[in-house]
Amino acid sequence: MTMDVAAAGTAVRRGSAFNDPRLRSIFYQAVLLLVVIGIGWFLVSNLIHNREVRGIATGYGFLNREAGFAIAETPISYTPSDPYSRAFLVGLVNTLKVSILGIILATLLGVVVGVSRLSSNWLVAKLAAGYVDLVRNIPLTVQLLLWAGLIRVSAPAPRQAANPVPGVFISNRGIQVPSIENNPIFLWVVIAALVALVIGWGIARWARQRQAATGQPFHSFWVGLALFIGLPLVVWLAGGAPAAFEIPELKGFNFQGGWTLSPEFAAMLLGLTVYTASFIAEIVRGGILAVSHGQTEAARALGLHSGVTLRRIILPQALRMIIPPMTSQYLNITKNSSLAVVIGYPELVSIGNTIGNQTGQVVEAISIFMAVYLFISLSISIGMNVYNRRMSLRER
Amino acid sequence: MAATHSFTEPFVATQEIPAEPPPGSTTGPIAWVRQNLFSTWYNIVLTAVIAYLAIRLIPPFISWAFIDPVWGPATPDQTPADVVAACRAATGACWAFVNEKYRLIFFGLYPFDEYWRPILAMLILLGLAVSSTVRRFWGKRLIVAWVVVIVAAITLMYGAIPLGFLDIPIPGLTLVETGKWGGLPLTMGLSMIGLALAFPFSILLALGRRSNMPAIRTLCVTYIELVRGVPLITVLFMASVMFPLFLPEGWNFNYLLRAQVAIIMFTAAYLAEVVRGGLQSIPKGQFEAADSLGLSYWQKQRLIILPQALRISIPALVNTFIGSFMDTTLVIMVGLFDLLGAARLGLSDSIWGPFYKEAYLFVSLLFFVFCFSMSKYSQHLERYLNIGTRRR
Repeated sequence: MTMDVAAAGTAVRRGSAFNDPRLRSIFYQAVLLLVVIGIGWFLVSNLIHNREVRGIATGYGFLNREAGFAIAETPISYTPSDPYSRAFLVGLVNTLKVSILGIILATLLGVVVGVSRLSSNWLVAKLAAGYVDLVRNIPLTVQLLLWAGLIRVSAPAPRQAANPVPGVFISNRGIQVPSIENNPIFLWVVIAALVALVIGWGIARWARQRQAATGQPFHSFWVGLALFIGLPLVVWLAGGAPAAFEIPELKGFNFQGGWTLSPEFAAMLLGLTVYTASFIAEIVRGGILAVSHGQTEAARALGLHSGVTLRRIILPQALRMIIPPMTSQYLNITKNSSLAVVIGYPELVSIGNTIGNQTGQVVEAISIFMAVYLFISLSISIGMNVYNRRMSLRER
Repeated sequence: MAATHSFTEPFVATQEIPAEPPPGSTTGPIAWVRQNLFSTWYNIVLTAVIAYLAIRLIPPFISWAFIDPVWGPATPDQTPADVVAACRAATGACWAFVNEKYRLIFFGLYPFDEYWRPILAMLILLGLAVSSTVRRFWGKRLIVAWVVVIVAAITLMYGAIPLGFLDIPIPGLTLVETGKWGGLPLTMGLSMIGLALAFPFSILLALGRRSNMPAIRTLCVTYIELVRGVPLITVLFMASVMFPLFLPEGWNFNYLLRAQVAIIMFTAAYLAEVVRGGLQSIPKGQFEAADSLGLSYWQKQRLIILPQALRISIPALVNTFIGSFMDTTLVIMVGLFDLLGAARLGLSDSIWGPFYKEAYLFVSLLFFVFCFSMSKYSQHLERYLNIGTRRR
């Protein structure tokens, strides 16, 4: 300590500009920037040199060339004669497809498991806790390989396909589910549902204002639900009530009709759902437990019955705790969908990797899929910050 | 209505109210069953459904996994082909796969006679990792110990002290190339060395993110958000195919080191956020007190802030480690044989190929045992570290 003081003393006496904290900070930052720029220049010049030596092209011009490889799963039309950019797009759509479905299913399963952990039924609570402990402590990669094996190898052949629910067939060719028939009426049904949503939102707004002004409550939820189910139903009936579903049928060696989930897609979806649901369950449970018991008691003391207590008092406070970590789980699903490389589901990273190997322009290929992931992550985190600012508790 | 009534006309009981029957027992097994399994109609339904599923699923699983399986060669002279034939005939699991391949799964292609080396390397790494969570050992000596142990572990595994371009051979140890490393030592090494080397880096990143120098802050934020925004597999791919392109010709370094660098880069960004969480929880008064004592920036961080911030972050740090331990399985995509990769190597032996379930279940069990005990340990640490501050 005395040494330090002595050293500081001599420095002060020297009276150099280095003792001005502002100048010093500018100096440090300049040095750091120079070092970073220097390293960057070193790496990039090596890259340019190495590519010249190996005769690898530079730039994104290859995106317009013919891809020349087939993709097993193409939700948008694609043939090997399409350009590389189209192949990237197929990968992106596959990533989004499995991520969005995974998010929906994982949320449903996660909420059920999270609430089950708080159940008064001992068996239900223990089962949910066991599920969470088991799934969280096994790497997702291993789980995906296991699911893929179970579907690809151990599931029965199409002729002996398992048929757990009428219209659904599980075989080693994947999972067949009934699809919605292609009929213009269904477009109108969807439009009717959207109209019902807008009207429902208007009713809820009006009901809130009226309750604030007069104190009279209005059952806006039930009215909204009736609208949401009723309006599309009326449109469907008015359109002549066409048969809604195309049921898959066994013809020859495989199924015809219906919607097919390929074994890889089914394994990805199952794996992502089961894995992420265990994290969502913990978030939901934590959120509900975080609302102090005094809130419930206060609500009951005011005479609110249990349904209203849950809807108006507990959930709004729990959601404030639940939603931020939930979005990071959604982001994780999107990022974890890149593990599909392991089981051969053709999503963004796996297609990008193929393209990189085929063209030799690895840096460009990797930069494209990294940029896509960054775009998704950053836009979600910006949205999250906006949400947090709106929802954060306004404290005195 | 009844309330206003009672004000005008007092209620006087005219007859004795008959005594209620005693409440049902609230203790003992029957009461427990009634309260926890059959309290309401829907709980009765749930209990019944779960009991039905358990009866349908558990006995077949138990007979598959424990009663009917083939555990290994029936007689010592049975060839693997005979064992596989027995497995195909049996209705149960084929644990003979694990029996045949457990060496491969645990140690990869490491030569059998030298197994003591990876075992010793894992033990010293593990011992140091556990003692690092004890606060009494914190200090400069711990940093030195980590450097020594990491070098010692790698030297033991490799058989020589690797110094980049020059290896100093150790007499008595044969050289084992990194291509032969695999199994548990690889998984543990990649994740533990990854965490140890990412840790100092992450402290700098976290401090930089909270710095008031805009250039430093921007750089740190950019690094952290860039890495956290992309999946680990993209960083691994980048390391394995792009590193050689970015380095001068002739600076070739092997696949294991590339994967290790990728894991360090990736872990550092996540750890930086953990450390930042710890830093943010330090009350402002601590910073001000340090400033008023006249401590320099580094003295303040080293003597006042970091010891408190790091103690708070230990449980989160262990959780990050569990995550990175499981994420290590991704190195199978860049041609390394960690626990999972070695099990897959076993499956690639064509006669054993069909027994993927046994292979993956065994790997799952191993990971579960490690990760579950680590998470229990981290919960214990959390309670233990809270002892001093619990009264607040």
